[in-house]
Amino acid sequence: MHLIFFLIFAAFCLAGAVNLLVQTHPINSALSLIVVMISLAVLYLLLGAEFLAAAQIIVYAGAVMVLFTFVVMLLNAGSEERTHGSHAAYSIGLPAVVAIFAIIATVLLRAQGLGTVGPANAITTTEELSTVLFTELLLPFEVTSVLILIAILGAVALASKGRGEANAPKERSQR
Amino acid sequence: MNGFLAQQVPLSWFLLLSAALFALGIVGFLFKRNLITIFLSIELMLNAVNLSFVTFASQWHAVKGQIFVFFVMMVAAAESAVGLAIIIAIFRVRATLAVDQIDRMKR
Amino acid sequence: MTILPFILWSLLKVIVATVILLMGVAYTVLLERKLVGRIQNRWGPTRVGPFGLLQPLVDGAKSFLKEDVIPAHVYKPLYLLAPILSLGCALILIGVVPFGEPKIGPAGMNLFEISNTNIGLLVILAVTSMGVYGVVLAGWSSNNKFSLLGSLRSSAQMVSYELALGLSLVGVVLHSGTFNLRSIVEQQATLGIASWNVFGGLQFLGFFIYIIAAFAETNRSPFDLVEAESELAGGYNIEYSSMKFAMFFMAEYGNMINVGCVATLLFFGGWTSPLGNLIPPPQNILIHALFPLFWFVLKVFSFLCLYVWVRGTLPRFRYDQLMNFGWRVLLPLSILNIVATSLWLAFR
Repeated sequence: MHLIFFLIFAAFCLAGAVNLLVQTHPINSALSLIVVMISLAVLYLLLGAEFLAAAQIIVYAGAVMVLFTFVVMLLNAGSEERTHGSHAAYSIGLPAVVAIFAIIATVLLRAQGLGTVGPANAITTTEELSTVLFTELLLPFEVTSVLILIAILGAVALASKGRGEANAPKERSQR
Repeated sequence: MNGFLAQQVPLSWFLLLSAALFALGIVGFLFKRNLITIFLSIELMLNAVNLSFVTFASQWHAVKGQIFVFFVMMVAAAESAVGLAIIIAIFRVRATLAVDQIDRMKR
Repeated sequence: MTILPFILWSLLKVIVATVILLMGVAYTVLLERKLVGRIQNRWGPTRVGPFGLLQPLVDGAKSFLKEDVIPAHVYKPLYLLAPILSLGCALILIGVVPFGEPKIGPAGMNLFEISNTNIGLLVILAVTSMGVYGVVLAGWSSNNKFSLLGSLRSSAQMVSYELALGLSLVGVVLHSGTFNLRSIVEQQATLGIASWNVFGGLQFLGFFIYIIAAFAETNRSPFDLVEAESELAGGYNIEYSSMKFAMFFMAEYGNMINVGCVATLLFFGGWTSPLGNLIPPPQNILIHALFPLFWFVLKVFSFLCLYVWVRGTLPRFRYDQLMNFGWRVLLPLSILNIVATSLWLAFR
């Protein structure tokens, strides 16, 4: 079962990632990324990380991507245009990326001791996860909550109207 | 039928998928011209890294690998909130999301 | 057990459960119309069939046979995808809900649940989070200002109340020690009604927060601002006609039934009778199978009546009151519930 599910959902991942690059309108890219995230959640289930799979859907696909979708819809900036980007970027960049992928793939395929995963591998229960999270890694956990608080304050401060209107009149006067 | 279905998936395949997603994220980050799509490519790269972490956590049955994925998710959520707020602020001023046209600091 | 019988039996259970759920959705519409009618001192539908019982079938036929208009300037892929997402997320939840007690079934499979996962509660939260997309995409793809405004307000409301919803369930998880829905219910069977989570587990605050957040999550009164015809000309489903509109409608009632199922499982003891394990299980296998099912359906039905009663009675919130309530009242209350529950459990 694991083999079939891996093949199907890895295909979904790759198709979603390629679709993200191919589409011009950002809403289609956002929806493709949601497909990638849900397929990744299934892959986490195959690897035995059941809590992470649920967290991936609840947090990433269900909250972060909703935020992205909101912004795309509110800004409504339309499809991205054909740009006069430099051809040098394409001719150097694409081979460079392929080279990066080839290096990583070679290193991974030469690794010793990588096992396999199948229906018999152990599932990490939520109890194990929370035991470590709340005893050994309690400090990073609390620091993360402070980080999220800072992010909330920053987002509210940046997106509130006052700053935008303070900058806009200066822009208009310079044209 | 049970023999075929009990087949194991080599973990290196998961890592290859992670590398491929990371490479596709880099391609999107370098070559797309829309701010939001660039940001989506960053999220794709973070997800690819998460897959690596979970794969290795499954290999060594190390729960800390999965907990690190938590932290990566939290950081990605915080960063996307702030990043999208910045994008909204930029859009308010420049009325465009094309990266080529948001270059007033160049001149 | 081998794979092919497993797939076939699961398919059979899925088909039966989906058909029953869809019939339930249709008759929930009838229940609402008749109950709201009685609250407003009039009969509901009475003409089609005895007591109007054939009304849902006629409504279904009407929705099916209406002309299916797709306006010219909508963004078609998302326009067609949105009702599918909404209805899909509403129907998927029945897959993790256990609705009967005895662990009987063919070849070791359980007949009264479709799947028994160790993270059942998290799957419910995950599918609820995905339900927001149907609303968001419907409003945007309709290329209509009222639609966009309605969908943005509706999805902001759903996302805000999801937090209180999830946090209110943490109290139940702390008390039960597991995410597995079947074991949460089985733990509530020990003393009958005194060990249901809402009474014996002291989760009454959690229950009230859950029910209020669920009302907001399903966009039902008194939080139904976004589909109030007089305010926003219909909300996110203005541009939808016939079957696609019916799919949104069915998704809403399906979500109501899901909320009822989850509330009975987590707070009201699921399929256990008020006497629970105080009386021994009946010897007759048929009664042993049907009584828990009967109790489960009775409790879900009473939640549906509660939904309709609230709709017929309370006026609706204004949008800023709604967001204020969600963020400033429900969220701190649910965190307070978690803290109180953990303190109680620590000192017990």
